[in-house]
Amino acid sequence: MSRNLILGTALSSLVVLAAVLSFLWTPYDHTALDIPNKLQPPNATHWLGTDHFGRDMLSMIMVGARTSIAVALVAVGIGMTAGIPLGLTAAARKGMWLDELIMRGNDLVFAFPSLVIAILITAIFGAGAINAIIAIGIFNIPVFARITRGAALSLWEREFIMAARVAGKGAARISAEHILPNVANLLIVQGTIQFSLGILAEAGLSYVGLGAQPPTPSWGRMLADAQTMVSFAPHLALIPGCAIILTVLGLNLMGDGLRDWLDPRIRVART
Amino acid sequence: MGHAFKHTFQAALALSVSLLATQAIAKSDITVAMQLEPPHLDPTSAAAQAIDSVVYTNVFEGLTRFMGDGAIVPGLAESWEISDDGTVYTFKLHDGVTFHDGTTMDGEDVKFSLDRARSEDSANAQKALFSGITEVEVIDPLTVKITLKEPNGNFLFNLAWGDAVIVAPESIDGIKTNPIGTGAFKFAGWVQGDKIDLERNADYWGDQPALEKATFKFISDPTAAFAAVMAEDVDVFSGFPAPENLPQFEADPRFQVLVGSTEGETILSTNNKQPPFDDVRVRQAVAHAIDRQAIVDGAMFGYGTPIGTHFAPHHPAYVDLTGNSAYDPEKAKALLAEAGFADGFETTLHLPPPSYARRGGEIIAAQLAQVGIKAEITNVEWAQWLETVFRGKNFGLTIVSHTEPMDIGIYARPEYYFQYDNPAFQELMTTLNSTTDPDERSKLLGQAQTMISEDYVNGYLFQLAALSVAKAGVQGLWVNAPTAANDLTAVSWAD
Repeated sequence: MSRNLILGTALSSLVVLAAVLSFLWTPYDHTALDIPNKLQPPNATHWLGTDHFGRDMLSMIMVGARTSIAVALVAVGIGMTAGIPLGLTAAARKGMWLDELIMRGNDLVFAFPSLVIAILITAIFGAGAINAIIAIGIFNIPVFARITRGAALSLWEREFIMAARVAGKGAARISAEHILPNVANLLIVQGTIQFSLGILAEAGLSYVGLGAQPPTPSWGRMLADAQTMVSFAPHLALIPGCAIILTVLGLNLMGDGLRDWLDPRIRVART
Repeated sequence: MGHAFKHTFQAALALSVSLLATQAIAKSDITVAMQLEPPHLDPTSAAAQAIDSVVYTNVFEGLTRFMGDGAIVPGLAESWEISDDGTVYTFKLHDGVTFHDGTTMDGEDVKFSLDRARSEDSANAQKALFSGITEVEVIDPLTVKITLKEPNGNFLFNLAWGDAVIVAPESIDGIKTNPIGTGAFKFAGWVQGDKIDLERNADYWGDQPALEKATFKFISDPTAAFAAVMAEDVDVFSGFPAPENLPQFEADPRFQVLVGSTEGETILSTNNKQPPFDDVRVRQAVAHAIDRQAIVDGAMFGYGTPIGTHFAPHHPAYVDLTGNSAYDPEKAKALLAEAGFADGFETTLHLPPPSYARRGGEIIAAQLAQVGIKAEITNVEWAQWLETVFRGKNFGLTIVSHTEPMDIGIYARPEYYFQYDNPAFQELMTTLNSTTDPDERSKLLGQAQTMISEDYVNGYLFQLAALSVAKAGVQGLWVNAPTAANDLTAVSWAD
């Protein structure tokens, strides 16, 4: 295993651990206001200090991790469940009208700047975590559809697929039993990368006020709230900023590491 | 030769130094930043405060005007006489007043302006100010007689509003983009989305202002506002949006911070027609669940005065009723139980963009949660707020600052968005409107304040502070904001 993979997995697990732990325990109640003790720098009682309402920053970061992960996970889930079958179908019907329909539909969604459309969707249907998930999820669909189709197309030319066809298997069965297992590696790697992009998108939407609504903590909104206070309470911006950077960095390193690790050619060369 | 050169050099140096010095003394332009850009520049046809913030007393003047301390003084009217029964006002106008396009301002313009404001199809945002007028007569070019249906103790105050300024029939068509008034400054240009320029009116009838040019810049983002002031890109920021940054300006000798009061009663507006808020016990419970001081400290960083009713604390008739709704979560829970909501209930909390609402809303939601009321926060933009809350009346709770002066009368309008319908209060307002005796008026105003406070119509939070930052050398700015205005006529630079 590469150093990238170890470091990436460690960072990502830390975030996941913080999120899971927040269900059971946080140092303080993340919604409890303590205005007399606001804007404290990191200290012994509040390890990461307090925000402008005196809320404990560590607790908010932990619960915020939950929001980020939940949004990104469901968004990637939407992208995978819709995108992979679409990609497999398109590959199986290569060059036919169904393939054209799916892929041109994908191009259409791809052509829009994703964050702008996400803002549009949340502006029409109202701000909130659910709408943010849907908005981000929709833009994951073409990503997975395209990558699945691309990988599947070359597989369809291979002999073992021929053998399966000769054995009388239909396109759907071949896709499920032979194509999907062979593109899974690729999809897992892409999933990790989309996951980190989802976290960034959630932070971006929350930053402009269209993500999770208060009092649900969100890293993006914490950043936005801290904006005017950077000059006298820099920890308010630094802490959620670092949380976002480390999470995204961790996921990207993990994605890179996984690709190297799972890639059959490199694996063969290594052994 | 060497000596000659040295002397010339010294003389040149002395000259350039003195030139620099004169330039410093002669600084006669100012850049005033504010958060919101006006939609257009006609103060007589829109409610937008940003219009008045640019044009009031600078470009347009009324018969009377507000001073920075809230006093009403003569404006275009030099003097006036009031008939014994209080229904006929005879105004003597200033002689020699001209509009910026050179036309004379006389009684016909006054009649035109007031008739236009009170007409059936008038777009004036404050038509109620003129509703008592039955007739405006021009006696001679400099004398105007206004007849009222009944005595109105507020009439001179009403005429001072930005909605009552005098406009000319000759220039009315272009007023929205090219305002022509009688003020000390002329409109000089508007770059949409950026700034409005004014320049000194050399033919002004009153005292010439010290400033030759004034620029209003619009900076909506609080972070950008902070940066613009710090970088000295603007000379004044009127209505600074981020109170948390003020201590830094206070500590910086380059700046002065002006903290005054506004007419803005910041309230937790409650939909009195929507269950469960139609039950006074529930409204009272909400009032007792709120810790005002925490909101002032948390949302406004200490700027603001707690209020217990819909009335400005700096007004002589103010009654301190904060005791009626003292912070007492236990009492709030008991009241909720009595009203049948022992387990609390769910409602909505719509928050418009200003930080008093967004931050105040988070604090209130947390405080309400302590007594079992779950208020779901929805952040909205102003347009959406006007649509859903103000016109649609589709809300449970919302936070907003009512910045019109002396606006307790809105509680007498059952169709107004918080829908308080109390005939006793409506009758009280009718009595008040026809009372001119100052002592009697104070008494009635006190009763009105007490009535809405004891009915817990809305959650009364705090009086919005007027927060401005200016460069240290700027003098003559209004500290308080008795009406929306940036009166530049008395502003100058210290030497």
